[in-house]
Parts: sequence; structure tokens; C-alpha cells
Amino acid sequence: MSKAAQLAALIGSGQAQGDKNLIINGAMAVSQKGTSAVAVPNGGTSTVDRMKFYESTGGAYTSEQSSDVPAGQGFSKSIKLACTTADSSIGAAEIATMSQIIEGQNLQRLNYGTSDAKTITLSFWVKSNKTGIYTIAIYKHAGGGTAYGCPVEYTISSANTWEKKTITVTPTAGSTTLITSSAGAIIDSNGAGIEVHWGLAWGSNFNSTNNTWSASGFYSTSNQVNWLDSTSNNFYITGIQLEIGDVATPFEHESYAKTLQKCLRYFFRATSGGDGQFATFGSGVAYASTSYLGEYTTPVPMRAQPSIASNVTSNVSQGQVVLGGVAKAFSSPVVTGNGHVMRVNMTMSGATQGQGAYIQIMYASSTDANIDLSAEL
Amino acid sequence: MMESYKEISSAKYYSFEGTNIAIIVTYSNGETWSAPMSIDNTDYAEIMRQVAAGTLTIADAD
Repeated sequence: MSKAAQLAALIGSGQAQGDKNLIINGAMAVSQKGTSAVAVPNGGTSTVDRMKFYESTGGAYTSEQSSDVPAGQGFSKSIKLACTTADSSIGAAEIATMSQIIEGQNLQRLNYGTSDAKTITLSFWVKSNKTGIYTIAIYKHAGGGTAYGCPVEYTISSANTWEKKTITVTPTAGSTTLITSSAGAIIDSNGAGIEVHWGLAWGSNFNSTNNTWSASGFYSTSNQVNWLDSTSNNFYITGIQLEIGDVATPFEHESYAKTLQKCLRYFFRATSGGDGQFATFGSGVAYASTSYLGEYTTPVPMRAQPSIASNVTSNVSQGQVVLGGVAKAFSSPVVTGNGHVMRVNMTMSGATQGQGAYIQIMYASSTDANIDLSAEL
Repeated sequence: MMESYKEISSAKYYSFEGTNIAIIVTYSNGETWSAPMSIDNTDYAEIMRQVAAGTLTIADAD
């Protein structure tokens, strides 16, 4: 085999193209927030990293990391969604969808907003007991221009069977010029650039024309099934890849460590680490008798200054400010800084000003103690 | 997707040395988060959007 042929084969295998996949955690490998089924929030994340959910119907559904995967494709994880409360009639303004939001600065290669805008192809493996027409949507945030959306229908043909779907979206889909005009540009920042949606149910307010860019509706078509019509319904998906071009190349498998590094830019859970384990969250000083002031450096620079939460505030048996061997419960954790090297404020009581201190979290009562940092889009 | 976001139950400034440095926000699902006062933070951006819309008031710090 010639060198050129070897290179062509390597490129074709998907092994020689770093970061061709614009989706992070498309193999559903990283699930920092837990693996078991939990109800999805409306406009928030849960379980598998980078996946964001919307649920505003009269129904409800859960997400969990699953080991049910398509055979022979090299995947070990999928995300499973399960309807837990049915809604047989979706209101016009109601939605149920899973999405991933991609940073604008990672999308400049698409050349949106110019006549050189690129065609993109979305591929994924999907399985559901409920067959019929579903929609994905590419929603381009307004940024400095205008918000546009392009829904594209796909069909789940066989119940309870893994099927690979490939969807190509051109910048002129529907013979439009919205994306190739200047208002089609994607903001070049750490803000939201594009949302990719996998629709489960969409109210009529969100419908527009299949495979056509538009400035309203954005997300779906009137043909989308109502996946929430039965508590028997489930939906599995994995192997998501979004790439430039009009063909779906082989999925870009990457190490768990590499995927985790990407996910940590958006969310980091400092956790006690299981039965009998302890962990720390930086060190500092008793700034006052009721105030801890310390430092913390995140594993990777986060997308933005993160929000912080803990499941062990005001719980001295699992979350402590330790001062000279004495443990105080903490509350109201606050972080400020650049999203990497940060100052930590916490509230406590009864400390001696000037004492050295550190934050400790511990497993107890069959529960891990967590401190979460979120810079999600 | 601007109109769907975790429902906020309450919001309150967090002050250090007399300066507001964060907002403690409680959601309807019971979660409490501290959001830094940075527009790049989507929690803070949503809080400010709701304040501007007149649907949320941020309480003063203790």
C-alpha cells in the first residue's frame, strides 16, 4: 500500500482526525452526576455529561447511563430516557427534548455567515420501542446576528432495535440564504453557538418546515411523534457525531480520559469517592469567626466562572471546615475568580480568626458528599 | 431555547466585605446554587433575564 493510500485509509478510519466531532461525550462515556435514573429538569443537565434536557409538558421522563449499546460498534455506554408520566396531548408551548449546546468559538470552522458556510452531518445510533417520525434540530443562536433553526425528520423503523441515523444539513437547506448571509454568523466566544436537539415531543409553536432553515419555529415539524404518550416508552441513543461534510465518517472513538477532560470544562464534581473515603476542596483560613476564605484550582480551566453547590451544606458529618482538628459545618459556598484558580468563601460559626483551615467532604450514610462546579451553557 | 429554564424559587445576594459577589439561588426542585456575578455564567444570565422581565427580585444580602 502506498503512503497516500495508507493516509487515506487512516483518515477514513477516523483515527487521524483530532476533534472532528463537534459533539462532546457522544459515546455517553462520562456521567459525573450519576448513572442511575433521575427525573430530568426543565432546562438543566443530569446524569450523562454535556446533555441538557427540557421538559415542560404534563409528563415526565428520566435519564440514566445505560450499558445497552449497538453490537460491534465499539460503544460501551448509551443514554436511556424513560417516560415516567405520560401526557397524551402536548400543548402548543410544551416541549420535551434532549440537547447539547456547543460553544461558538468551537464552530468558527463552519464559516456560517459567509458564502463559504459548510455542510454538516449528524450521525447517531438510536433505539426506541416507539417507532415513527422524530426530528433533530440544528438551532443557531443569535449571537451577533439572528437565531435560525433547521429541523430534520428521521424515522425509527423497527421497535427495540438499534438503528444508525445519518442526517446532513446544508447551509442552504430549503433553498434559503439565512445561514450564508451575515446574520447567519456564529458568535466567536465561549457563549452558545449551536444547539443540537433530539426531539421527544414538541408543541405546535415550535414547528416549521422539514429540512429548511427558518427564523421561527426552529425545532420540529408537525410529524414528530409524541414520545411521552405512554409510560412504556423508552429512548436510547449513543455514538453521536457532528462533523463537517456531507457524509458520516466512522465515529471518532477517544479515551475516557480525553472525553472527561473536555467535559470538565463545563462541569466538575468533587466527590468523597465512595465508602470510607474522604476528599478535600482546598485550604484557607478563618477570615472571621463566621467566614472561611480559601483557594481552589479546578482540574481544567472552566468555560466561565462556575456556579457552586454542595449536597452536604449544614451537615458537619459529611461537609466540614476543619480548623486545628475541630470540624465546623459549612454553608453558602461561593467561588469567584477566572474559572480555574478561584477564591472560595464559605459561612461557618464559632471559628477563631486567623486559624488555618481546609475543606473536607466525606462519605457517610451510604451517600457520597459532593461539591459541584457548573459552567454549563 | 430561552423560555425553558429551571424554575427559580428565590434569589439572594451574597456579600463579602460589604460587596455583593454572588447570588444564592434556590430552584423549585430544592437545589441551591451560588452563581457568580458574571454574565458568562448562564445561571447568572438567567437570573438577570428574569429580573429584567420583572418576574424575579433578588433579596439583599444578610
